[in-house]
Amino acid sequence: MSGAVRKDYVRPIDFKGGRVDMSHGSGGRAMAQLIEELFVAQFDNDWLRQLNDQACFAVPTGRMVMATDSHVVSPLFFPGGDIGCLSVHGTINDVAMSGARPLYLSATFILEEGFPLADLKRIVESMAAASREARVPIVTGDTKVVEKGKGDGVFITTTGVGIVPEGVEISGDRARPGDKVLVSGTLGDHGVAIMSFRENLEFETTIRSDTAALHGLVADMVKAVAGIRCLRDPTRGGLAATLNEFAGQSGVGIHIREDDVPVRPEVHAACEFLGLDPLYVANEGKLVAICAASDAERLLGAMRAHPLGRQAAIIGEVVEDPYRFVQLETGFGGSRMVDWLAGEQLPRIC
Amino acid sequence: MCLAIPALVAKRLEGDDALIDLGGVRKQISLALVPEAVEGDYVIVHVGYAISRLDPEAARKTLALFAEVDALQGATP
Amino acid sequence: MKFVDEFRDGGLARALAGKIERAVEPGRRYRFMEFCGGHTHAISRYGVTELLPESVTMVHGPGCPVCVLPIGRIDNALALALEQGVTVCTYADTMRVPASGRTSLMKARAAGADIRMIYSAADALRIARENPAKDVVFFAIGFETTTPPTALAILEAERESLANFSVFCNHLLTPAAISSILESPQVRGIGTVPLDGFVGPAHVSCVIGSAPYEYFAAEYAKPVVIAGFEPLDVMQAVLMLVKQVNEGRSEVENEFVRAVTREGNAKAKALVAEVFTLRRSFEWRGLGEVPYSALRIKPRYGRFDAEQRYGIVYRSVADNKACECGAILRGAKSPRDCKLFGTVCTPENPMGSCMVSSEGACAAWYTYGRFRDREAA
Repeated sequence: MSGAVRKDYVRPIDFKGGRVDMSHGSGGRAMAQLIEELFVAQFDNDWLRQLNDQACFAVPTGRMVMATDSHVVSPLFFPGGDIGCLSVHGTINDVAMSGARPLYLSATFILEEGFPLADLKRIVESMAAASREARVPIVTGDTKVVEKGKGDGVFITTTGVGIVPEGVEISGDRARPGDKVLVSGTLGDHGVAIMSFRENLEFETTIRSDTAALHGLVADMVKAVAGIRCLRDPTRGGLAATLNEFAGQSGVGIHIREDDVPVRPEVHAACEFLGLDPLYVANEGKLVAICAASDAERLLGAMRAHPLGRQAAIIGEVVEDPYRFVQLETGFGGSRMVDWLAGEQLPRIC
Repeated sequence: MCLAIPALVAKRLEGDDALIDLGGVRKQISLALVPEAVEGDYVIVHVGYAISRLDPEAARKTLALFAEVDALQGATP
Repeated sequence: MKFVDEFRDGGLARALAGKIERAVEPGRRYRFMEFCGGHTHAISRYGVTELLPESVTMVHGPGCPVCVLPIGRIDNALALALEQGVTVCTYADTMRVPASGRTSLMKARAAGADIRMIYSAADALRIARENPAKDVVFFAIGFETTTPPTALAILEAERESLANFSVFCNHLLTPAAISSILESPQVRGIGTVPLDGFVGPAHVSCVIGSAPYEYFAAEYAKPVVIAGFEPLDVMQAVLMLVKQVNEGRSEVENEFVRAVTREGNAKAKALVAEVFTLRRSFEWRGLGEVPYSALRIKPRYGRFDAEQRYGIVYRSVADNKACECGAILRGAKSPRDCKLFGTVCTPENPMGSCMVSSEGACAAWYTYGRFRDREAA
C-alpha cells in the first residue's frame, strides 16, 4: 500500500527528502495521506485500517491498568535504540510493572515543522517492530505539527492498557522490613549510551541502550511468585530514585550492597570519566523487584531463566526506618546514603 | 578539586592528541601538557588533558605499602 | 580499571583501618583538613569516615572552586550571555549555582541565553571556530589543575588569530587558600580550631609538585601529606599524618608518588606563567578577600581577556546572614551548626557555597551522610 499513487492524491509522500510541514497537522489531505502511508501502513492492524478516531475492543474481565508516558529523548537515535522503540517499551513496561498483561497502546506525535520525513519513517518503523515483537498493537493515535522552533524534532506520548491477573497485588507501598530487593540485570547502560552521543561528550564505547519490553519477564516472575510486593523500572533517576520511591511509599528503609549491584565494567568506566554515579543513571530495560525473603531465591531463579534477566541479582533488603533512608554498603567497607537526585545529574569536572 | 582519572594511552594521534582507554571506554584527549607520553603509558586525565604520567613501579610500591604488616599487627588478615 | 580498582580494595581498607586504630594514641584527638573537594567526595562516597577511629576527625576545606566562586562572578557571566548576547561556554559544575535575582546559568539557558556545557577548554575553542559570527567566552574556573588547559586555549587562540574568543578567568591558587585558613583567627591566633595537619590535594600537586607545601609545614608547623584520589590513598595519608603528629614532625610527605613529584609538571607551570599573572586580591565566597590567591590574564594576551573586552565590573554579593559557610570552610563549624542546613538550604536550593557543589562540606553531608544524624539522635 505504501508508495502507491492513488487517484485522489497528488503524489506519494517523499520519505527520502521530504520534511514535515504545517499541513501535516492541519486535518486536511496531507495529514490523511501521512496517516495512511506511514502510520497505518507501518502499525498495520484492523483498528487502524478502519481509520476512525478511536479503537474499539472487548476487554477480558479483571482489573484494568492504564499507564502513559511522554518521550522527549535527545538524541533521537542512539546505540541500541531510538525514541520510537523507547516509547513502545516504556509504556509496556509501566503497565507490566503492576503485574498486568499489556493489551493495547495508543501513540501521539507532536512533530516540529521541518522534521525530516526519513527520520520520522525510521522512528515509526522502529515502533512497529517493537510493537510486533511485544505483541501489543498500537490501535489509535494522533498527530499534531508545531511551528519550527517550538519542538525538539518529535515528541511521542504512548498510553497503554492491560489486565491484572487475580491475586496479584503489586504496589510501591507494599514493601515490609525483612523483604529482599532484586534487580533484573546491569544498571546504567541506557543513560551512558545516550550520553555517548551527546554533543561534547563523545567517546567510543560498545555500550548500547538496554531498551526492552519487560512484560514477558514479569509474566514469568508473577507465575513463580504471585506475592511479589513491588515492581518498578528504574528509568530517570536510576535505581536511586526507584529505591527512594519505594522507601517513601512503604514507610521503610532500604539497605543495599554496592558489590552486589550489577554494573558493566564499561559503564563503570564511562561514569568515572563523567563523574556520574551508575545508581542514578537511567535504565530502559531493567526492573527492580521487592519480595518476601522466603520467595527471593525462587524469584531470582525465574528471572535468570528469562533472556532479559540473566544477570539478575539480590542486592539488599528492606529494613525498619521511620526516616525512610536508602543506605548503601560500599565495596570499600564504609556506608553512605543513596539520596534522591538533586536536580539533573550533570557531568562534573570537580 | 578535580575529577581526574588514570587512563591508558592507547594510540597517539596527530599532533598532541591521543586516544585514551579507561576500562574499554575510549576518548580523544590532549597530551600537550605531557608530550613525552607514549602508547602504553598511563596518564592522569583532567578536563580533556593529561596532566601527569603515572609511574607503575611507584603504584606497585604504594599498594605494597598498604598491605604491609606493621609491627603490632602480626599476620595480614 | 587499572590503577583505580586496586586503590579501592575493601580488604586493604580493613587492614589500613586496623593500622590507624593502632597508631592513634589513647586520649589524643586528631583533626585533619582535607583541602581538596575531590577528597571530600571520596571520603563521603566510600564511607571512609566509618573506617577511621573516633578520635580522628576529617574537616572539609575550601578546595572546591565552584563552592568558592563568588555570586558576583556568576552574575558577570550571566550578564555576558543575557545582556551582550555572548555564547558562554562553561563546565557543567557552574550551571546550577544560584546567582543574584533567583537565577542561574541553567535558568538563563532555559530562558534562551546561549550557554553551552563543555567538558574541555578545547571544546570552547571549537565552538568559537565553528561560529565566527558569535562572540564566545570561556568561563574558566578551577585550581592549578585546570589552569594549564586554559593557558593552552589562549595560546592556541592567539596562533589562530581567533577574533571571537576570550576567557573570563576565575582561576585560583591552592597555597593561598591554605594560608588563609592557617592565618584565620580561629586557627592561628585564638587557636579555637586546632588543625593538626593537611591532606594535600592530589591533582593540583601533579601540576605544582610537592615543593610549595614545604612553606606551610615549616611556617605553621603542620604536617602535610599529599594523597592520591582513591579512598585507600586517603586512609594511608591519614595514617602518615597520625604518625607525624605522634612523632612531633611537620614535614611534607607524598603518598601519591605514582603521579606527583617534588617539582610537578614543568611544562604546565611554564605555560601558566606565560599567560597569567597574579591578582593582588580576589574574593572567595565564604572566605572574603584573599591576597595573591587568583590569576588574571597578562596584558600581552589582553585581547583574550573577557574582563577587558567587555568592561566587566565586579560587584560583591553577600550571602544570607545566617549562612555559616565561612566558618565551615575554615573548619570552625560543621554543617549541622548552621541554622539553614537542611531546612532552607538544601542541594536543590543551595544558599551558600558549601551546598552548591556535591563536594562542598554541607552537600556531601546532606547527600551521603545525614542518615548518621538519625543514629546520633
